Amino acid sequence: MEVSVTVNGADHTADVEPRVLLVDFLRTTLGLTGTHIGCDTSGCGVCTILLDGTPVKSCAMFAVQADGRSLTTVEGLKQNGQLDRMQVAFKEMHGLQCGFCTPAMMLVGKALLERNPAPDEEEIRWELSGNLCRCTGYMNIVKAIRYAATQPEGASA
Amino acid sequence: MYPAAFDYVAPASADEALAKLAEFGDDGRVLAGGQSLIPMMKLRFAFPGTLVDINRVPGLDTIAVENGHLRIGALVRHNDIVNSDVVAGANKTMAAAAPWIADPIVRNLGTVGGSVAHADPLGDWASVMLACNAEVVARSANGERVIPMTGFITGPFTTALETGEMLTELRVPTQGANAGGTYLKLERKVGDYATCGVATHLELGGDGTISAAGIALTSVAPQNVKAVEAEAALVGQTPSEALFAEAAELAAQASDPRSDVRGPADYKRDVVRVFTRRGLAQALEQAQG
Amino acid sequence: MTTTTGAPSATTAEIGGIGHSIKRKEDDRFIHGQGRYLDDHVLPGMLHLALLRSPLPHARIVKIDTSEAEALPGVVACVTGEALAAHGLAWMPTLSGDTQAVLATDKVRFQGQEVVGVVAESPYVAWDALELIDVEYDALPTIIDPKAALEDGAALIRDDKEGQTDNSCYQWEAGDKATTDQAFAAADKVVSIDTHYPRSHPAPLETCGCIADLDPVTGQATIYMTSQAPHAIRTLFAMVAGLPEENIRVISPDIGGGFGNKVPIYPGYVVATAASLLIGKPVKWVETRTENLISTGFARDYHMHAELALKNDGQMLGLKVDMVSDNGAFYADAQPSKFKAGLFHVCTGSYNFPAAHVVTKGAYTNKAPGGVAYRCSFRITEAAYLIERLVQNAAYELGIDPAELRTKNFIRPDQFPYHSPTGFVYDSGDYDAALQKALDAIGYAGIAKEKEEARKEGKLVGVGISSFTEAVGAGPSKDYDIAGIKMFDSAELRVHPTGKAILKLGSRHQGQGHETTYAQIVASELGIPAADITVREGDTDNTPYGLGTYGSRSTPTSGAAAAVIARQLREKSRKIAAHLLEASEDDLDWEPGKFVVKGAPDRSVTIQDVALAAYTNYPDGTEPGLEGVHYYDPPNLTYPFGSYAAVIEIDEETGQWKTRRMVAVDDCGVRINPMIVEGQLHGGLAEGFAMSSMQFITFDEDGNCIGSNFTDYLIPTSWETPRFELGETVTPCPHHPIGAKGVGESATVGSPAAWVNAVIDALAPTGVRNIDMPVTPARVWEAMQGAKAG
Repeated sequence: MEVSVTVNGADHTADVEPRVLLVDFLRTTLGLTGTHIGCDTSGCGVCTILLDGTPVKSCAMFAVQADGRSLTTVEGLKQNGQLDRMQVAFKEMHGLQCGFCTPAMMLVGKALLERNPAPDEEEIRWELSGNLCRCTGYMNIVKAIRYAATQPEGASA
Repeated sequence: MYPAAFDYVAPASADEALAKLAEFGDDGRVLAGGQSLIPMMKLRFAFPGTLVDINRVPGLDTIAVENGHLRIGALVRHNDIVNSDVVAGANKTMAAAAPWIADPIVRNLGTVGGSVAHADPLGDWASVMLACNAEVVARSANGERVIPMTGFITGPFTTALETGEMLTELRVPTQGANAGGTYLKLERKVGDYATCGVATHLELGGDGTISAAGIALTSVAPQNVKAVEAEAALVGQTPSEALFAEAAELAAQASDPRSDVRGPADYKRDVVRVFTRRGLAQALEQAQG
Repeated sequence: MTTTTGAPSATTAEIGGIGHSIKRKEDDRFIHGQGRYLDDHVLPGMLHLALLRSPLPHARIVKIDTSEAEALPGVVACVTGEALAAHGLAWMPTLSGDTQAVLATDKVRFQGQEVVGVVAESPYVAWDALELIDVEYDALPTIIDPKAALEDGAALIRDDKEGQTDNSCYQWEAGDKATTDQAFAAADKVVSIDTHYPRSHPAPLETCGCIADLDPVTGQATIYMTSQAPHAIRTLFAMVAGLPEENIRVISPDIGGGFGNKVPIYPGYVVATAASLLIGKPVKWVETRTENLISTGFARDYHMHAELALKNDGQMLGLKVDMVSDNGAFYADAQPSKFKAGLFHVCTGSYNFPAAHVVTKGAYTNKAPGGVAYRCSFRITEAAYLIERLVQNAAYELGIDPAELRTKNFIRPDQFPYHSPTGFVYDSGDYDAALQKALDAIGYAGIAKEKEEARKEGKLVGVGISSFTEAVGAGPSKDYDIAGIKMFDSAELRVHPTGKAILKLGSRHQGQGHETTYAQIVASELGIPAADITVREGDTDNTPYGLGTYGSRSTPTSGAAAAVIARQLREKSRKIAAHLLEASEDDLDWEPGKFVVKGAPDRSVTIQDVALAAYTNYPDGTEPGLEGVHYYDPPNLTYPFGSYAAVIEIDEETGQWKTRRMVAVDDCGVRINPMIVEGQLHGGLAEGFAMSSMQFITFDEDGNCIGSNFTDYLIPTSWETPRFELGETVTPCPHHPIGAKGVGESATVGSPAAWVNAVIDALAPTGVRNIDMPVTPARVWEAMQGAKAG
């Protein structure tokens, strides 16, 4: 089946079987390997991307469902050579260790700040509760998102 | 991890969707949020021949109050309920339950209707619907019918929907100023199925006695259970701690939990007792407030 | 050449040496989504391997029919145990001297065991093919209890092993029975505990996998592998796969978490390699999460009985420990070969025991093989948990405050180096300082009042302490080897003519920040800015030989090697500097980054000047270049320690509990990068919390694994995970070149007991003395019910 999607602002069309998972489409068909696979029961969240700005688990969607939609992956955070404030914040606050959950965490953080520009710690922890991390104990991820909220959008390092 | 092959159609209208469902019969499955179905397909516990994706069908995302009930369209996402002022004002049981569903990301795509139609015996929404005496609106190529929630779930993952029929809407009675409702869930972590969940609905009459009561239980029986005896014990009575304790005891007796990794049956039954009591007390405060 | 220990001299922020919390150099690629993890690699012509696994925990294989699978379009080959056996590959050695089936031939011995491999053009087709394979099994009795496994008449699991007549896997002892019995005879009180540290699993978010690329023309084997120990694996792989070692290159790319799970050799790696050899194309194998949880290196699963002999005033006299470990179907512990129960015999903990006797037995059961050191030094979490739980209980039995009982018995600072009754030599420590700091921070004196207030709201509050000592940095060649390879590690350092440097190591990080911290070690020694030092690990073709990263061993071993080689290069630099300054070496002072003539501050050369001169203008008779490699054989383990205090509250009616506060005071000696140290502690605390509250693998009576996916194997989210408050003391390691001890795992080791002790403390007045982990709401409720009834 033909699928046309816009990913990080660029249009792509490809012919895929209906059963191709969206995460696989991104990683294999489009070569965007920043979105990861961590489980097989949609319970870990490392595959999270933004679908028209809303966080979704790309392992629990088929590529064909995304036809005509607009996706943002971690590769799309940097704009015009400038890092997103979330990317800067994660580095500043040591919000990552192995990096495997990081793309998802940054996208969820970004989507959160768009809805709620100044969340408190509890609100952040609640919003992140669909995304697992094994390395950081979440402390610095929360710190990074709080820090990002204090930075102007479109800031860079 | 990788599902078996299937065909896929994405109809642009309800009529087209129903025609497709009629065409594919038992081989066709509705795809709404997919947050339950797709994981099952990946583990190859489900292998539909054709997926009928209804996400492009307009008019299925209604949240509105009409004629004393809330209309919840088939494509209303769990987070739509979380964020809805309409629901917050119209049915507190639903508003209380929504944040407990799965996790925040799944809630962006998963649908209330899909969850009810999926009929997972450990699912939360069915208890809410049972407690509130909701109705399911089902459509097929041949017409529409309304199925009371009490008759809707017939077994694990099995509903009264016939081949070619699709849930298009839930109708949930509204709770007025004299009513309240809660959903309490004991889960070991966000995203876990309930160890025990209790939905309540409580309405007070003009004289302060209980005019209607709903209690339904999650994960403590082979499927969601409406604790009818507990409900009956409340109706017509003056609310009190002792009354609620009695209802809680009856609710516990209505449960039939399994001992498993989440805990022994005795434990789950005790949590039914505790949550029913707490839930009713909270609902009373709302109804009186 | 000096290897003086202790903290090196301080450097400026610009140099960013030890002590600076510089931002991580590896972060840039990760925040761009440009990490290169195993599955991100694509090789031309690459095929995909999927494994068919046994649904039964114990069964004879009657027949396997792959004909339908082989006929499926897109399937290239099916590999069975029989086919591997023809090449001598059906069985492989484990890291513990046992053998493990690569693909089952005679029997399957655990649910999830590998039976058939399918190689196909896409993973989708490979998984389609798995459905078409027909395997006929004859079920056998299942054993899931290690004690039952050791009973007479139990079904024999390892009938493949010649001479094996029972399910005993090993027996091992430490300490001295006679002196311990004597100590017990003199006791006023003996307190005992029986506790099961449940089966757990490291479950890093990236599962295991490999790409095996055997070039049919050159015979070169390039194996990309999620491996924490690429060099050791390469050597073992050569033995296992029968490939010449010099033809094997193992590349361990970015790893999405290891925690011990990525140390062993897994059947999937061997099957992929065999398949690539047979087919002549690269073969990729990436396991699913279910496969990861059901078949790869689990952790813990120790059934422990311990007795503590004390005087009435609380003085500890002796410790007796009896432990049965559940090793699953194959004894595949990744641990030093001499110690069959890892370092479990460090279970005397932080206390001055005159006598101890530890008896351990391992049992085969019908479960996944293992176990690995899951974010701990080998079996130290089990040991620390045991002693800290036992000491807490002893406090209640004696009516002594749990903190006081600990303080009374701690090894004192003047007793170091301390020889423990089970053979460890603890390097340094001030245990009471850490404990007092933790108690102050948690407001220990006010807890009684807090408990009272909470009672009024139907909440039970408890405070739990854990004062742990762990032993990491395996280890001295006298006692430590894995499969015969001694546990040294290495560092190779080259300073370029332009004054920047490249450091290559035999360890392999999985998120611990080596690319930053190791640069900081060299920065401290040579004064070259950490930003100018590139760190490389993981490719066996261009790094020195090392045993890898696990058990918090990197800083103690390869970190030490980096410091030593940097010092050696500094000594050579001194010669070159003297030559440049036309002074004698003794007349030069060293400040980080430059040599200065004593008394003539305007006469100096920078390390960058020296680097250039090493290639362009060096004294006669000096070897050109500024480069060297050091293999470091640690003289001892290192002993990080700490005291943790947790305050929790229990909902009396439902048994649900949550953390009010968690204070963790750690001492890992000199801290290279405090920011990174804290990150390691946060992570370890979260995993300790996970184990104490919800995370475990269990089995039903039919041997079905419950915990084979994230729906059943529970990893806490940001919502359940508490906030942590960190504190520190610093007691340098006297034998480590920079005085550091390693810290990646301390919190996982020390924290479970803190939480469990807190729950036990809340319930102590009712007489409850034990709840096995995970302490779920149901188990708390059961304990409370039991106390009411009893």
